[in-house]
Amino acid sequence: MRGAMAIGVVLTAVFTLAAAVSLAWVPYDVARLDISQRLLPPSLAHPLGTDHFGRDMVSMLMEGARTSIAVALVAVGIGVGAGVPLGLWAAANRGGWLDEVIMRANDLIFAFPSLVIAILITAVFGPSAVNAILAIGIFNIPVFARVARGGALPLWTLDYIMAARVAGKGRARISAEHILPNIANLLIVQATIQFSLGILAEAALSYVGLGAQPPTASWGRMLADAQTMIYTEPQLAVLPGLAIVAMVLGLNLLGDGLRDALDPRLRRRAL
Amino acid sequence: MTEPLIRVAGLGLSIHDMPILQDVSLDIAPGRVTALVGESGSGKSMTALALIGLLPEGSQTTGTATLDRRDLLTLPERAWLDLRGNDIGMIFQEPMTALNPVQTIGAQVSETLRLRGTGRAEAERIARDRLDRVGLAHVPLDRYPHQLSGGQRQRVCIAMVIARRPRLLIADEPTTALDVTTQAGILALLRDLVEEQGMALLLITHDLGVVARTADHVAVMQTGRIVEQGATEALFRTHAHPYTRDLLAASRPAPRQPRAHATAPVLETRAVTRRYGATTAVDAVSFTLHRGESLGLVGESGCGKSTLTRALLGLEPVQGGEIALMGAPGGTAMTNAQRARLSVVFQDPYGSFDPRWTVARIVTEPFHLTGRPQDARARAAKALEQVGLSASDLAKYPHEFSGGQRQRIAIARALITEPEVLVLDEAVSALDVRVRAQVLRLLDDLQARLGLAYLFISHDLTVVRAICDRVLVMQNGRFVEDGSIAQVWSAPQSDYTAELIAAAPTIPDSWLTS
Repeated sequence: MRGAMAIGVVLTAVFTLAAAVSLAWVPYDVARLDISQRLLPPSLAHPLGTDHFGRDMVSMLMEGARTSIAVALVAVGIGVGAGVPLGLWAAANRGGWLDEVIMRANDLIFAFPSLVIAILITAVFGPSAVNAILAIGIFNIPVFARVARGGALPLWTLDYIMAARVAGKGRARISAEHILPNIANLLIVQATIQFSLGILAEAALSYVGLGAQPPTASWGRMLADAQTMIYTEPQLAVLPGLAIVAMVLGLNLLGDGLRDALDPRLRRRAL
Repeated sequence: MTEPLIRVAGLGLSIHDMPILQDVSLDIAPGRVTALVGESGSGKSMTALALIGLLPEGSQTTGTATLDRRDLLTLPERAWLDLRGNDIGMIFQEPMTALNPVQTIGAQVSETLRLRGTGRAEAERIARDRLDRVGLAHVPLDRYPHQLSGGQRQRVCIAMVIARRPRLLIADEPTTALDVTTQAGILALLRDLVEEQGMALLLITHDLGVVARTADHVAVMQTGRIVEQGATEALFRTHAHPYTRDLLAASRPAPRQPRAHATAPVLETRAVTRRYGATTAVDAVSFTLHRGESLGLVGESGCGKSTLTRALLGLEPVQGGEIALMGAPGGTAMTNAQRARLSVVFQDPYGSFDPRWTVARIVTEPFHLTGRPQDARARAAKALEQVGLSASDLAKYPHEFSGGQRQRIAIARALITEPEVLVLDEAVSALDVRVRAQVLRLLDDLQARLGLAYLFISHDLTVVRAICDRVLVMQNGRFVEDGSIAQVWSAPQSDYTAELIAAAPTIPDSWLTS
């Protein structure tokens, strides 16, 4: 169990670091095409070779990591920023009309197939990284609203909430002071899961050409570009594919590990 | 004495190298009730789990527990499957969670038989018979657990265990979650089953009154050891061990001497009514609490006392009548300044505090009502000292304290705004008897020093008698009794009060006057 979490931490750290470094420096500029350098095998100058436009694969993967992480991170931010307050608000008014309205609106969003709607949004407003972020982020809102509400409801019945009410505190204040800190562990775990789903969604949107636009590198578009050469140059598809798998796997292992580490019930059992 | 059914000799237990039990030796005889009594953490439940082979992972035992010349402590799990249910059965404290909510009671009682190959019709006939035996003759087999009361559910649990006529029944706090009148019925039923079927009963409880009423043989446990054991009456009469003596004293707190108080009313209700849809939870109740007075409010679960408490605290509106605090409109009409005059202490010492807050933050939370004073921390320290804790506890977190200490923190939080009225909602019900006695002494002392008025809500008449001047008895949303302690105990006005007093398990006075 500990080992799985360690793998998750390492994988996540490697890609995050690669993305962070790419902000300041990449081995080669991926915007510059150089056909003379195309499809080079691995060498000291290009450790993973070059693609069909002569771009360095290492640089492409680093920039791709940056795109994926940026899109997924902001999308999770949208989900947390809007979903958690809505969920807390619904829980504070449980059984009331507000709870009903918020949760039914959630169900409404859940009822739409997320990728199809994301495609619709990018098709209407034009393909770009920003639109991909919005499309993925909107579908994160009901997830966090549900987790926040589900975690908050049992807390509202506890005596310390009653004591806070007797001390004259309002629902918003109790939600912020007592409820939110006590459901933070649930939210952190959910955030890692949504983060990995965001990476997959970004890859899928880029694959169909609706994500980040060239010259920005993206794992999904690297896959799409490589598919015509899958028999002659399989490494061009395998490398970004592996990157996606490793990143998602790492985040899931991290999420599982965090859940076990943060859940006091599971922790007690482990003792 | 007859040959024991199970002989426990030198039982020791450690879980992950933490010593839990040491040298526990006990004979459990057929046709008798053997009681294991002790405070929480004394090891009484672990002893029982060892006897039914359900010890948690990482357990290591020494010694023996012999049944039919077999040592139960070394049995493999396969052999246990045969023994559990057939020879040894167990019922638990919480009848609400011990039954499967999506199966009928008939299916659950007959399932224990069908597992051993009894045919469906025969199993159902036996299930009917056992349910009749436990006093549920009028309840059809196709009822679901949620359609039954707590006491009825505990009877279903008993029917399930006796379906296969086990030779030993282990009952772990079987009546702790039940009302006193229900408790009396369950204890009588267990006693009858033991006599009728020659079954051995191992009764685990913290309540010496229950022991006195039910058990033939008692073993007193403290920190993993049996400190004293013997025939019930003899043990109570001699109480040789100092620990037993402490427990006995603590479980029979002396009735309080009548105390004079002012006649100025601090909290008053007139015909307060609270309805939920068609049901009336609180039905036109009126009472007056005076400055420095201690008023008990007694009733069984569902009588409306919690609803009334929430209305008094201003957490819920009322549909009729008036509440007045210090002469001004009370309930939801209270201003923050008025709310500061009325504080509350809740039952659960574990759920009463935000686990992520320090004691300093917890104790000063009610300053939200008055605005945080300059000397908030000094006043928090003073409140802690008033309840017997120290200023150095301010930086600690709730999990660093025991149950009794936590209840002291809850009292400190209630005192911080210097209120007139303290609502004590089952405030000592979750505590061990010796801790309970200490907290009761503290409350008594605080009242004498600070002139507080108490509204003491409890299901436990012994406790009410020890701390209150006057008592209200509530049934079905109404007060059926209102009188001084002495008057209510000597000449109760209503049959219900008389029934409550009779049902409360107590140690006979004659056993203790030597």
